[in-house]
Amino acid sequence: MKNRHLYILAAVLASIGVGIFLYKALWLELPLQPDGRVDNWEVQAKITFDARGGPAKLVLFIPRNEVPFTIVDQNFVSEGYGLTTASIGDNRRAMFSIRKAIGTQTLYYRFVVNRSTFIGPTEAVEEPVIVKSTLEEMRLAAAQGILNKILPESADDDTLVRLLLKRLTASVPDDNVAMLLGGSSTMLRRVRVARQILALAGIRARTVSGVQLVKANKNTQLTHWLEVYIRDAWQGYAPQTETYSVPANFLAWWRGPGPLAFVDGGMFLKTSLSVAAASAPALRTALVVSKANERSLLAYSMFTLPLNTQLVYKIILTVPLGVFFLTILRNVIGLRTMGTFMPVLIAIAFRETQVLWGVILFTVVISVGLLVRLYLENLRLLVVPRLSCVLIVVVLTMAAISVMSNQLGLQRGLSVSLFPMVILTMTVERMSIIWDERGAGEMLRQGIGSIIVAVIAYFIMVNQYTEHIALIFPELLLILLSGNLLIGRYSGFRLLDLPRFRVLAGRPS
Amino acid sequence: MFGLARQLWRNGVVGINKRNADYILVHNPRKYFPLVDDKLLTKEIAEKVGISVPTLYGKIEFPHEVRSFSSIVANRADFVVKPAQGSGGDGILVVVGRMGEYFRLADGSMIDNRDMAFHLNNILAGTFSLGGQPDKVLVEYKVDFDPVFEKITFRGVPDIRIVVFLGVPVMAMVRLPTRLSRGKANLHQGAIGAGIAIPSGRTLTAVLKNSVVSEHPDTNNPVMDVEIPSWNILLDMAARSCDLTHLGYQGIDIVLDRARGPLLLELNARPGLNIQIANREGLRHRLELVAARVAELNTAADRVRFAKENFWPNPVS
Repeated sequence: MKNRHLYILAAVLASIGVGIFLYKALWLELPLQPDGRVDNWEVQAKITFDARGGPAKLVLFIPRNEVPFTIVDQNFVSEGYGLTTASIGDNRRAMFSIRKAIGTQTLYYRFVVNRSTFIGPTEAVEEPVIVKSTLEEMRLAAAQGILNKILPESADDDTLVRLLLKRLTASVPDDNVAMLLGGSSTMLRRVRVARQILALAGIRARTVSGVQLVKANKNTQLTHWLEVYIRDAWQGYAPQTETYSVPANFLAWWRGPGPLAFVDGGMFLKTSLSVAAASAPALRTALVVSKANERSLLAYSMFTLPLNTQLVYKIILTVPLGVFFLTILRNVIGLRTMGTFMPVLIAIAFRETQVLWGVILFTVVISVGLLVRLYLENLRLLVVPRLSCVLIVVVLTMAAISVMSNQLGLQRGLSVSLFPMVILTMTVERMSIIWDERGAGEMLRQGIGSIIVAVIAYFIMVNQYTEHIALIFPELLLILLSGNLLIGRYSGFRLLDLPRFRVLAGRPS
Repeated sequence: MFGLARQLWRNGVVGINKRNADYILVHNPRKYFPLVDDKLLTKEIAEKVGISVPTLYGKIEFPHEVRSFSSIVANRADFVVKPAQGSGGDGILVVVGRMGEYFRLADGSMIDNRDMAFHLNNILAGTFSLGGQPDKVLVEYKVDFDPVFEKITFRGVPDIRIVVFLGVPVMAMVRLPTRLSRGKANLHQGAIGAGIAIPSGRTLTAVLKNSVVSEHPDTNNPVMDVEIPSWNILLDMAARSCDLTHLGYQGIDIVLDRARGPLLLELNARPGLNIQIANREGLRHRLELVAARVAELNTAADRVRFAKENFWPNPVS
């Protein structure tokens, strides 16, 4: 057999791929379909205060990446203010500063978080110091009273916290509780009281402030819950729920006492928050149920990578599929495209812009580039400087499109930035040579052909299903590898060979 | 569709994948490609073994040498400028006359000195070369083609392509420029190709794009049954070319000069498959016959004799 080596290699690769895939799909029960709960949330904080006319300084807590939330985008709108961010203890904060502020000041802080059911590597927690209770006299006695009641009823720290929260959230509080809450029954107050009582018992606890991510909440209030240091890790307890477990849609913003923001050099500080579900499909994540993470084989899987890296691999791992599609197109069907992998690269750019916008942007950028290239032809430039000129024009065109579409309020135009400009430049150059040598018709034919291929490649690569499968079952790439090996030795007719040689299909005379 | 594929297979038609996978990749070691991809090298080795080539007037390898172009062509009325590593005839300028600052090209257009210098720089920068790597410019003798094709060609230079497998010429055609191909002997661009019967050296019907024609589209003269002069010399050149390049499967392009006879124009490591349409016959049966019998064929003369005995045209109807 002529290609035995090849067939064996392809079969081995494919069976390894299928084997690992089946093991993961059937034995480990990794999901074959993307988890529908993946989502993004946009949170906005608006801060206003009246400046005194002198220097002003505003300190604002900002959230940090923490399982299961990843901040995928954030921006500050604060005209004229200097901005620095810093990590302080468990918190991050941003400091806005200005030398001279007059009148009402408005600052915005906006971020997008991605929530996943992914359980990432847990960070090592530093042993926290015990914060002494600051209760005095009557209140100390009341707290001691509560503690004396629940301590004998509890088995460990966890049950103690639960019993305590039960008392603090009872609809009819007992005297000691009523005394400590002091007529205020806000959650923050309850959480703080709980922390004080736990401190009294020598248990380390802290207040967590955050927001609840619910659909389109224009005027969100901060929500607070408790974290207790048990068995070398912080455990969350939310008094708001029956089971005291922290709901999955609670986003921790900062820890410890203190308001969200405080201002120096201003007064009447007001903060308002809004939460909205953001619909940015490009940011969606392929995710896996948490139980899978415990399995040993997965210790070496993509999920052990940081979430940001996973997001990158989600794109990278789909590229071979697009390339495989191109292989079939070229070697089995016989279509020609400009540049071997150019359509796949364009398709990757489309994931940022969406298809329709992508095609429009591509067409506009290429057309402008071609016009400039045509004009440069008259100036008789040497090749490399000419290519650089076209590249600069391509970049400027992209920038102009972004600015204009932003002015017109079209969000999509801003996504042009990831368009592969070098590829675009080379495409312009190739197209203009084809134009010169083979005429405008051939150029248009090849150009449109390449766009169509790019669009098809986009739909193959950029969908939740492909991304999910590629990230969870990267071993399937071995099947693509063996498929490519086989096509590499495919010596049958290409589909387009058939019409080309049609005249040779008659009977030999 | 599968019926069509089966019929083509039965008729021995070789598709692109088959050519690449079973002939080029198997019989053409990559290390010998530069010999045929660089026309300057081809010229040098051909001259070494006594195969005639168009005389080289001069070469330009670096941009600063572009100035020397005027001295290369100082007292020449006609010449050809071509990239050493061009493909498909791209970047070739055929100068047929001069008027002061101007060059008259084969297609009737005129360009001046500055256009020419620009074109030379473009060639050097690799605009026309495979993969865009820097290239050289060849300035060479413009073939004064044999009158045998005068009536069936429109401007440009007709050339003869012979596909050679393991040293045996297996199939041949003559490529005749048309108005459509703008004087280029390139079938993709609309030149017509007429098959040549290997034993007799006489032309068969021709192909224009993918359809069969028997007359030249511009001159309306019949293209069939034209006898190629010095056909045996051509076959001998083809049979010897593989010793030159060590490529098992290659195309050899030859032009017929009025005064100097057959001249080797270039060699091709990836010859196109349209020659099958020009001959209305598939290549595979001939290639397989050669592969089976090549062991008995020791000299170029043996291989030519073998070809003349076995490759009578057998076109499909």
